Amino acid sequence: MQTTQKSIKERIIHYVENHSGEILQNDPPEMAQLRRKAFQLFKTQGIPGRNLESWKNTDIQSILDQEYHFSPEPESRKINVETFFHCNIPDLDTLMVTTLNGYYIYRHSPLKKHPNGVIIGSLAEAKKQYPQLVDENYGKCAIDTIDGMISLNTALANDGVFVYVPDNVEMKEAIQIVHINHNEERLLTNVRNLIVVGKNSSLTLVHCDDSYTKQAAFINSLTEIIVKQNAVVDHYKLQNLNNNTTLINQVFFSQFADSRVHSVAMTLNGGLIRNYAHTRFHEPGAEANVLGLYLVDKTQNVDNQVYINHTAPNCTSNELFKGLIDDQAKAIFNGHIKVHRNAQKTIAYQNNKNLLLTDKARIVAKPFLEIYADDVKCSHGATVGQLDNDALFYLMSRGISKESARMLLMYAFAAEVINEIKIDVLRNQIDDMVKKRLHGELDICETCVLHCQNREREITFPIDMSKI
Amino acid sequence: MLSIKNLTVSIENKQILKGLNLEINKGEVHAIMGPNGTGKSTLANIIAGKNIYTIEEGTIDYMGKNLMEMEVDERANEGIFLSFQYPVEIPGVSMVNFMRTAINEQRQYHGKDPLSAAEFLQKMEEKKKLVEIHSKLTNRSVNEGFSGGEKKKNEIFQMAMLEPALAILDETDSGLDIDALRVVANGVNKLRNENNAFIVITHYQRLLDYIIPDFVHVLFEGKIVKSGGKELALELEQKGYEWLNQPSK
Repeated sequence: MQTTQKSIKERIIHYVENHSGEILQNDPPEMAQLRRKAFQLFKTQGIPGRNLESWKNTDIQSILDQEYHFSPEPESRKINVETFFHCNIPDLDTLMVTTLNGYYIYRHSPLKKHPNGVIIGSLAEAKKQYPQLVDENYGKCAIDTIDGMISLNTALANDGVFVYVPDNVEMKEAIQIVHINHNEERLLTNVRNLIVVGKNSSLTLVHCDDSYTKQAAFINSLTEIIVKQNAVVDHYKLQNLNNNTTLINQVFFSQFADSRVHSVAMTLNGGLIRNYAHTRFHEPGAEANVLGLYLVDKTQNVDNQVYINHTAPNCTSNELFKGLIDDQAKAIFNGHIKVHRNAQKTIAYQNNKNLLLTDKARIVAKPFLEIYADDVKCSHGATVGQLDNDALFYLMSRGISKESARMLLMYAFAAEVINEIKIDVLRNQIDDMVKKRLHGELDICETCVLHCQNREREITFPIDMSKI
Repeated sequence: MLSIKNLTVSIENKQILKGLNLEINKGEVHAIMGPNGTGKSTLANIIAGKNIYTIEEGTIDYMGKNLMEMEVDERANEGIFLSFQYPVEIPGVSMVNFMRTAINEQRQYHGKDPLSAAEFLQKMEEKKKLVEIHSKLTNRSVNEGFSGGEKKKNEIFQMAMLEPALAILDETDSGLDIDALRVVANGVNKLRNENNAFIVITHYQRLLDYIIPDFVHVLFEGKIVKSGGKELALELEQKGYEWLNQPSK
């Protein structure tokens, strides 16, 4: 163990020291400083091991024990993504931006300023064109001291998506970030996204992680989302990766007064997926709904870590994570709500519900509240169960087959989270995917996380869920 | 239609039914009465196919088939219906989808095409009237947040939708006020015909004022100890169950 950890850590250190010019080339001064600090920090932290409480149940060191290559910058960024990737959820009206192995790719321009002042494009390019804007916001949410994956990302990530929505702009079109891993060799990818939503503005973000080949990959993704006063962000995370892929997906929200965040994470496939969602309320009156659904089977692992930091009074957080765990799959839920002494009138709910479908499926649930204020409403809970036998009997006693009855109950369980997707076409698509997934039909999508291209036949489901 | 012979059943090594015999023909309504804990609900559950019991002895023949060899859904599709004493709440599954799935699986079982959405809706509206169900109820999740009366009406509604050959009403009257009782009983009476049969399990004679049985059986300590016509129910109402102890001793 010791030697393997040393080797990957050493290799990373060696790589950074030999490529520092390249890595630092586009950095504005503050950012370069941040990167150097993060690198020093990583040198002491290393890859997080199971000795850390929050990594106790997820072993990435042994995964990284294998030979990984650092994602090279593509020779050309002008790649027409549609040549190998296509997403056309019927009527899903999004502005799609793409990163390939951690690098922003485009057809026309790496960074575009829209007439309403919204800037969308490559983070590396934004560093050149809007250094001040990037410097002001970059690294302000992510906390490198948490663990080595975060400091590693700050130290190494070169590119990703940059979105800036100025004050008082309502973005009607959703922005869809698609991260694709397309690799012949085993890649270690660090990708970093920065999203800034100005005062009184709104943004819907659909964040998809997809692998294109069956080759193993290790993706260390970090997204910072700054939600200014009275801004609204809807955030959807969809994960449908091949079973050889490890994804560490870290999202940090910084919320200011009266802002609202609605975040739904859907994990449908993946070898090992760790979602770390971190929300900090800086000012009063903000609200965050953080939801997740994970459907895992075979030997998949999904690890959901949610940390909600109430540092200001009168904020509300609501967490609901539900999991269907089949075969020998394993899921982890670690929810931590911290309410600081001055964060009076906090309302914080946390709920984690799991269905274990086999004897070998496992869930480790740890709901956790840490409260220092005395005038708060907080609750937490976790349930682990099997399908309700009484409900199964009831359904079957009306002539419904066991298979359909199980499906109906599993779907009903998942629907509570699916119904929180506010984009109709996306919800319908996810709905279809979940039904397929419950049928065991949805393997890794050939083209895209949204499984769009293969819709030549209608998805059949014994239960007609359409509203009639 | 249904022939139960010497049925002996236990759960966790405790005998509940001890050699029960019962014959039911089409067109008949049988009431089963008896004190708490004598096996009335066990009998209902066994006919419907709940598999938590150990059948030690006996046979159940249903329309010439061995009922014990049939799965729960198969029994339902062959026409057996249980109105639950405690209907199960199923959050997230809407009544409409539940019923449509059930109807269409039943139709498929009998080699018929599924009902179209329009046909289904029409049928549902018709049957809702039968049990005076208001439209909102069927838009909700199965039994979720239903009052006691609504749950029982909902059972009769499902029965009306599925049109079973043999319906077992397990204490459908418990927890009902007099108006709901009348609605439920009317529903049953309208569905009653020469081709179907009912087993009405109840503690009280009251229900039998509305659903007039052809036969009344007293189930006591796992056996049918007395059978008679509808007048037996009145006798039980007056004397209670205690006197049943005496003849057997």
